[in-house]
Amino acid sequence: MTSQAPEAPSTTSPTPVEAVAVRFAGDSGDGMQLAGGQFTSTTAVLGNDFSTFPDFPAEIRAPRGTTFGVSGFQVHFAARPIHTPGDAVDVLVAMNPAAFKTNVAEVRPGGMIIADEDEFTGVGLKKAGYGPDERPLADEVLASRFRIVTVPMTRIVREALAETGQSAKEIDRCRNMFALGLVCWMYDRPLTPTIDWLESYFGEKKKRPEIAAMNVTALKAGWAFGETTEAIPERYQVAAAELPPGLYRKINGNEAMVLGLAVAGAKADTQVSYCGYPITPASDLLHGLSALKQFGIQTFQAEDEIAAVAAAIGVSYAGGIGVTGTSGPGLALKGEALGLAVMLELPLVVVDVQRAGPATGMPTKTEQADLLQAMYGRSGEAPCVVLAAASPSDCFDTAIEAVRLAVRAMCPVIVLSDAGIANGAEPWQVPDVASIPPISIEHPLAEPDADEAFEPYLRDPETLARRWAIPGTPGLEHRLGGLEKDGTTGAVTYDGPNHQTMIAARAEKVARVAAVIPPIEVGGDAGADSLVVGWGGTRGAIVSATERLQRDGVPTAMVHLRHLNPMPPNLGEVLARYRNIIVPEINTGQLAMLLRAHYLVDARTVSVVQGRGFHVEELVEGIRNAIEEAGR
Amino acid sequence: MTSTDLPLPTYKPKDFASDQDVRWCPGCGDYAVLAAVRKTLPKVGRRKEDFVFVSGIGCAARFPYYMETYGLHSIHGRAPAFATGIKLANPNLDVWIVSGDGDLLSIGGNHTIHVMRRNVGVRILLLNNRIYGLTKGQYSPTSERGKVTKSTPMGSIDEPVNPLALALAAECTFVARCIDVDVKMLGPTMERAAGHAGCAFIEVYQDCNIFNHQAWFYASQKDTRPNNTVDLVHGEPLIFGENRDKGVMIVNGRPRAVTLGTGGVTEKDLLVHDETDRTLAFTLANMRSPELPEPLGVLYCNPDRPAYEQESCEQIRQAQQARPDADLATLVAGPDTWTVG
Repeated sequence: MTSQAPEAPSTTSPTPVEAVAVRFAGDSGDGMQLAGGQFTSTTAVLGNDFSTFPDFPAEIRAPRGTTFGVSGFQVHFAARPIHTPGDAVDVLVAMNPAAFKTNVAEVRPGGMIIADEDEFTGVGLKKAGYGPDERPLADEVLASRFRIVTVPMTRIVREALAETGQSAKEIDRCRNMFALGLVCWMYDRPLTPTIDWLESYFGEKKKRPEIAAMNVTALKAGWAFGETTEAIPERYQVAAAELPPGLYRKINGNEAMVLGLAVAGAKADTQVSYCGYPITPASDLLHGLSALKQFGIQTFQAEDEIAAVAAAIGVSYAGGIGVTGTSGPGLALKGEALGLAVMLELPLVVVDVQRAGPATGMPTKTEQADLLQAMYGRSGEAPCVVLAAASPSDCFDTAIEAVRLAVRAMCPVIVLSDAGIANGAEPWQVPDVASIPPISIEHPLAEPDADEAFEPYLRDPETLARRWAIPGTPGLEHRLGGLEKDGTTGAVTYDGPNHQTMIAARAEKVARVAAVIPPIEVGGDAGADSLVVGWGGTRGAIVSATERLQRDGVPTAMVHLRHLNPMPPNLGEVLARYRNIIVPEINTGQLAMLLRAHYLVDARTVSVVQGRGFHVEELVEGIRNAIEEAGR
Repeated sequence: MTSTDLPLPTYKPKDFASDQDVRWCPGCGDYAVLAAVRKTLPKVGRRKEDFVFVSGIGCAARFPYYMETYGLHSIHGRAPAFATGIKLANPNLDVWIVSGDGDLLSIGGNHTIHVMRRNVGVRILLLNNRIYGLTKGQYSPTSERGKVTKSTPMGSIDEPVNPLALALAAECTFVARCIDVDVKMLGPTMERAAGHAGCAFIEVYQDCNIFNHQAWFYASQKDTRPNNTVDLVHGEPLIFGENRDKGVMIVNGRPRAVTLGTGGVTEKDLLVHDETDRTLAFTLANMRSPELPEPLGVLYCNPDRPAYEQESCEQIRQAQQARPDADLATLVAGPDTWTVG
């Protein structure tokens, strides 16, 4: 096989399709994340709407060929707006038997499976747990359900790269580019963006131009295979989606959070210091921010989660914007320090990129089960502001709002993200940074000739926030600490009534944040009997499900909460308008519990807790069932 | 943020006394340390508003409330981490950590190690009374084996930690030991700590007269101190004893207490203190009474390692210098964009 004629005018003219979900699956070392990422970038350039779902194991390099070492990357792209990475896969690329075995159930009936037949040998099949007589690619039942295309990927790549003189290992590592080239041919995607990236990354950054060249050859070989053989009889085209005009980029949630924090610091004209401890899936926040020193961002990799939050509180105490980020287990460790931050009444931003728990759980998989921990996971009465990002790009706005509210209310703000939106990518209309309003921060100075001692807990009558006096300011020397303080003098006191007053003040301060929360807007069919209430990273799936329900003649309204504490000021009034309140969550009903407690409504839970986002289909089914049950 | 251009006011110890009533038990060793600190701060050439006292939990951790400076009484064991954040945000502040042996060596042992190895520019006063005072008398990580307390009725089976050896192992760049009541040594040692760029650690033998009274009396009293401790002076031989007739010399690679004039031993044979020698510092840190005199003063000082917060800020400065064109809007847009419409 040669690598001629890439991107030459094709002999077959592509069939238009509306939306496609492609999943690349292979061994952890097969470069599936890279192939999927490049396919996404190419798709972005063509103007499709898209949503991605990287799905990888916690093990870095599980034994080759085993099912628990399978890494996948799903790209859903469309000629219309889409909101999720897709329920069922239209095309599965299976680089080995293990990838085939673990992913075949995700393929829609009639969908295509492109498999590297060279890997489906005795050893490969055995490692994947197939019996000695099993031949999955020749299985009649599977063949009747799917279109299985077998491609000798390994052999072709080895032949194409035989003359490079590189080791078999280096050569085989280019198989992912072959697969990508083939899928690009199939969906009429140009190779140029990937070639440019390979040359820039391997050629310039890694100083390995020979590796770049090999990958380009393999990529072109994949394209040529599609073009010259008739293994795949048809090509498809997904036209550009009608998105609002403007400048776009691809972004995932962790990237957006990093940018949001950087912009917030600039808007506040105050240094952001991010103090973190590596934890999946939040580590990319630490990585991303540590690369932004040129913007004055400081990062600190602490010795543990507790030190990270403590250092962030120290930063805020000294007048910086202290931020820490983690996932559920880390939030648990930070609990005591968060209580202290509530007591000190200092601004603090805590990002929790939720993952499947409890304990280590499934660290690379998503979940929404930290809501109650964020709300209540501290000793004593310790209310924090709690926000949740609804999509990858929404992390940007949520991060900025978190900083804004933290300095306004002088209290910790917990931002809930999740593994799904943190790693998943979507197109994002690049915001106009200049038009984002500034964040106002004031540090008091001593009144001239003041002979009274500074009163650290004197409150702003409107927000109830205390003043943020910082060390280094002459005349305002004062002591803060975890012991209860007199509401006036700031002196330590165990006075009972004062304690109750301070508890009420700290709670009321958080409640008054509602004054700057926009009223919740009802989407879908606002006049319906049923209201779907969601929060966080499930917005895309819920929007898709309610759209589907409308089409199916089931009128459904929806609201999606970014503000979990306090909740939007009109939420109670909105909830009261609906007979059925249905709350889909990737937990067992945490928001539903809060809504029941706060608003005395009969909220019903639709719960799927399987380490992944909702499938639209199951959500439609779940909401439908909940409406029916409510009617009984 | 700071008023460094203004002339430095002349402070007196009472300028550093807050209006709070001190609530330690009468006779507690903490009083002596508090007095020494208030006496020392006017001498270190810093403005009052630039001092921050940070503590964890425990009797000693109430310290910040009694200082008319900025202060943060944090949570159990984490004072070094809070202090690190404060220094990162504002390296100009003069941050002091004051806490006890339970706080800094047990629940906060991890943070103590890491603030030291990073060489964060803070001063740590470890008020070591070898007992949990605030919780009323359980054994602490520095309590001796066999210690009978409420939680160890048959005696502690824990080997105590050696704070000085721990600090040295943690790459601390200034390691010293003093006694609470010995203001003559404590004051100047604190002054030196205040002038140290990196992490300065002073272990203070402190008496808890309620739950562990006299724990240090073998080393702290007029009649016990001369024979059981040795004052370290850089460049001077290790001489101790009531009559200054005893010394420490290295025999077969190990320190041994000797009497001058006995067996032909002269001053020239004695170990000479060199506070820049970390290996020697380990040897000194492991000298324990009654076999050997316990060292007091500065065991180790390396003034050359830059402070962590300075290096952190320097990296930011370098990055900014290298990328003067860094533009937020360009960052937000990223390298790969496409236009719709």
